Amino acid sequence: MSTEEKLKMYWKENLKVISILLIVWFVVSYVCGILIADGLDNIKIAGFKLGFWFANQGSEVIFVILIYVYVKWMNAIDKKYDVHED
Amino acid sequence: MSILAWTWIIVGLSFVLYIGIAIWSRAASTGEFYVAEKQVHPIANGMATAADWMSAASFISMAGLISFMGRDGSMYLMGWTGGYVLLALLLAPYLRKYGKFTVPQFVGDRYYSNTARVVALLCAIFVSFTYVAGQMRGVGIVFSRFLEVSINTGVIIGMCIVFFYAVLGGMKGITYTQVAQYVVLIIAYMVPAIFISIMITGNPIPQLGYGSSISAGGAQILGQGQGVYVLDLLDKIQTDLGFKAYTAGQKPMIDVFFITFALMVGTAGLPHVIIRFFTVPKVRDARSSAGWALLFIAILYTTAPAVAAFARTNFLLTINNKSYAEAPSWFKNWEKTKLVGFQDKAIYENAEGKKIGVYKSKDGALKYKDGKDEKDFNAEGMKLVKDFDGIMTISKDAAINEVNVDRDIMVLANPEIAKLPAWVVALVAAGGLAAALSTAAGLLLVISAAISHDLIKGVLIPDISEKGELVWARIAAGFAVVVAGYFGINPPGFVAQVVAFAFGLAAASFFPIIILGVFWKRATKEGAIAGMLVGIVFTAWYIIYFRFINTDPKGWWFGISPEGIGTLGMIFNFLVMWVVSMMTKEPPKDVQDMVESVRYPKEA
Repeated sequence: MSTEEKLKMYWKENLKVISILLIVWFVVSYVCGILIADGLDNIKIAGFKLGFWFANQGSEVIFVILIYVYVKWMNAIDKKYDVHED
Repeated sequence: MSILAWTWIIVGLSFVLYIGIAIWSRAASTGEFYVAEKQVHPIANGMATAADWMSAASFISMAGLISFMGRDGSMYLMGWTGGYVLLALLLAPYLRKYGKFTVPQFVGDRYYSNTARVVALLCAIFVSFTYVAGQMRGVGIVFSRFLEVSINTGVIIGMCIVFFYAVLGGMKGITYTQVAQYVVLIIAYMVPAIFISIMITGNPIPQLGYGSSISAGGAQILGQGQGVYVLDLLDKIQTDLGFKAYTAGQKPMIDVFFITFALMVGTAGLPHVIIRFFTVPKVRDARSSAGWALLFIAILYTTAPAVAAFARTNFLLTINNKSYAEAPSWFKNWEKTKLVGFQDKAIYENAEGKKIGVYKSKDGALKYKDGKDEKDFNAEGMKLVKDFDGIMTISKDAAINEVNVDRDIMVLANPEIAKLPAWVVALVAAGGLAAALSTAAGLLLVISAAISHDLIKGVLIPDISEKGELVWARIAAGFAVVVAGYFGINPPGFVAQVVAFAFGLAAASFFPIIILGVFWKRATKEGAIAGMLVGIVFTAWYIIYFRFINTDPKGWWFGISPEGIGTLGMIFNFLVMWVVSMMTKEPPKDVQDMVESVRYPKEA
């Protein structure tokens, strides 16, 4: 593989990672916390109605996890395509 | 020792700490002044970003705001954290790879145009001044509430402290001071929250506590509810008093959606947050630093809704229907500051069955409110429903409600509600100051860099020496402190509204041009300038029109409030930029190469 091809592949994988993580980002906050929150409220975990929980706390916790996954994932891809910094 | 003495000691110690750090880390070069020589550890940068981002409003007002809004308040929680995901994935690593000093500089280089750079620097200055005025005001308010000095004296003390470490230390001084400020503010926020959670539910983790059931001890304090889930009890009390259930939404869904989006995108477009990612050594540090920042922010942002729920439950149950003579001591203590107040009312019913709340004015005359106007009361033809009784009644109906409460009380009075010792109250004051000062310093640096680096070095005197530029940077920072202080002492009457303005503007201007700048090589200079102008002008017009000229919500487009309109402004910016870019000549080769290079942490 030429360097140029490798960089192209790298960028493509980067875009794939971003798309997957942003879909999760959208689903937990906008879908679960806003659009279908009323429906999810019928499910209850301990004292939390589920839709309320996603809006009030769940989204924030999942956001932190998303960035953590992104860092790990991208560091691996950097190595795979040899664009990682020393 | 009294609360006041403790507060002076703890606030004084925290200020000594900040000044000590500033002297130790003063900046000697422009690299140190603007981006701390890119030598900040990602965890330290995460803490500094968290302190930078969390303002006086996050610390003092947010929990109270949520406690009054119920589930709708979540739009602030989601909006102000979700932006960090966008930052980490779409902005921080690429801007770090670009590797220069300011956001307007990136805009100018990427769009090969000084015009674009000047538009961007004006936006950066406007957004930052809007924000910083509120912070200086916040400093003054904390001083006046806890230290019994006037607001203006408080603003001036705050100005001196910020002046000292921002002007001397630049980004380097600010960063390490912010690390210390984060530690102070998070301890100050968590200690009372943990104790209240233990008091009411026995669970030491407030994030889980408000989803737990009420303990025997908690039921004793609240007067009811043993074994019932906190949120279920709160829903029940709220509906009994005529409010909507706490866990239910009331705002139209589209508005909540648009506001949340505008806050997220606005966060990701705020220059003082973006430049924090210029300070770390590597691209991968920029990524992980965004993660650390969000973790540190989330500690406070997941505690805030717990504080909100506990405070609301406690407030409604220990105040409503209780005799004023037996009001809890915190209520009487805070009455002096006018953050809470009780006004006994007699309730009359007129011939149409409308309830009117009648109260005694200072000279003993009977008055009532007709809309906003105070009028003399005449009992003729009225039926007395309830006479003056010294019992505090909370109601959704303003005519009947007898308890006035400022939302800030939910955080400020927490330590006293939890019966914690005086030094914890003092700690909350130091925490509020840390939150306000750290945000103010970060904003001042953006203003200073925009003036010295983008305007003077970039446009006016390109061949200025580094030493000369550093002098200008310090002059600009000093000038910005003075202007911020002026607005802190003489706040424009619309501070609250302009915050929406800052977010909307950041969302509608910076976010699209930076994103497309990185992800779309074909984006042209003409496209960027046209997009930014359309985004800003539309958003500014909508906010000004519906806030000041025609305040009737019926005119809102699709039911979107001015707070959420930045989202639509951003969409317009994207569209205009796309269309104009396609119609104009593609960017020069070297610019396309630069876009290519920011995409890879290291070219092979």
